Amino acid sequence: MNTTFLSRSLLRAATSTSLKPTTTTSIRTLASVATSQTAPAEPGSKEPNVKQFQIYRWNPDTPEKKPYMQTYELDMNQTGPMVLDALVRLKNEIDPTLTFRRSCREGICGSCAMNIQGSNTLACLCRIDVSNSAPVKIYPLPHTYVVKDLVPDLTQFYKQYKSIKPYLQRKTPSPDGREYRQSIAERKKLDGLYECILCACCSTSCPSYWWNSSDYLGPAVLLQSYRWLADSRDEATGARKSAFENEMSLYRCHTIMNCAKTCPKGLNPGQAIANIKKEMAFGS
Amino acid sequence: MKRSGIQRDVLALYRLCLREAGKKPKEVRDNFRNYARENFRAHLEIDRRDFATIEHLLRVGQRKLEVYSQPGIKNIAR
Repeated sequence: MNTTFLSRSLLRAATSTSLKPTTTTSIRTLASVATSQTAPAEPGSKEPNVKQFQIYRWNPDTPEKKPYMQTYELDMNQTGPMVLDALVRLKNEIDPTLTFRRSCREGICGSCAMNIQGSNTLACLCRIDVSNSAPVKIYPLPHTYVVKDLVPDLTQFYKQYKSIKPYLQRKTPSPDGREYRQSIAERKKLDGLYECILCACCSTSCPSYWWNSSDYLGPAVLLQSYRWLADSRDEATGARKSAFENEMSLYRCHTIMNCAKTCPKGLNPGQAIANIKKEMAFGS
Repeated sequence: MKRSGIQRDVLALYRLCLREAGKKPKEVRDNFRNYARENFRAHLEIDRRDFATIEHLLRVGQRKLEVYSQPGIKNIAR
C-alpha cells in the first residue's frame, strides 16, 4: 500500500515536471487557486489575450517613497474570470511582494474589498472586463489609511462596530426556557440586514463618512445597528436608540446613497438608516 | 524657537513614550526608553516637509505606544 502511494506520487511528480520542464514546482504554485489554468498553454492553441492591471503600490518599510501605480500584464486565456483570480496569479507568478487580503474567494468573508475601476467592490465578485483593452485599475478602499499596497487599516471601522454592541441584549428569559423564538413575519424583518459581511465597501464610499469618520458611524455599522433594532428578541432598543440622539452618529447620513450603489451583496444600507431615522422620529 | 504643529506632535509623542517608559518597572525602563529613542532616530533623515510620511510615522508610533503602554507588557528586548 505504501509502495503504491509512493509510486503514484512519483508518477505525479514525473508528469508535472514533464508539463513544466523549465520551472521548478514550488509549494506556492501548488497552492494556487487556478493551478490547472496557470499551466502553460499548448503552443498554437489560442492567441494570447493580454490585459493590463494597474495596481496601487506602497510599502511601509520605505515610508518616504511615495505611492505609485505598477502595471502588470496577464494573459486572460490562462486566468480565471474574477479580479481576485488575476491578483492571486500576479502574486504567485509575477510579483510575490504584491499584498492584498483575501480568504474565501466567494464573496462571504469580505476580506478582498478594494476599489476596482473606481468603485468599491469585492475582488472575488468582480469580473475582469475583457470587452475592451483598457487597463484594470485597482486601488485600496478610498479614504482609509493604507497598511500596505491594497490592505487598508480598518481599526476605526471595527471600533465603531464594537461601539454599537452588535449582539443580542436581553434580560428576560424565554417563557419555556428554550430558544427565543420568532414568528415568520418577525424573522422576515431581518432579511436584507443579516447578509452584511462588513466588507466596509459602503462606509468607505460615503462622502459623509470620509469627512466625519471619527464621529459618524457610517452605513455598514448603522445597517448592523438596525439589524439589532429590528430584531424582535432584542430588548435594548431604547438604549440603542438613545445612543443616536446626537448630531453625528446617525444624522450625518444625508441619503447620498453611494452605499446602496456600491454594496457587493446588493443590500441597501441607506434604507436601513432611513428606517432608523423614522423609528427615532415617530417611535415604533 | 517657534515650532510647527507637526514638530510639536512629534515631540509630544516622544514625551509620551518617555513618560510611559517611566511607568514600567525600574530595571527595564531603560529598555523602553532606548526602544523609543531608536524608533525616532531611525527616521531622522526624513525631509521635514514630507508631511505625509511624518504623519504616517506618527500614526504608527501612536499605535505602538498604545500597545507597549499596556501594563501586561513587562519588558522589551531586541
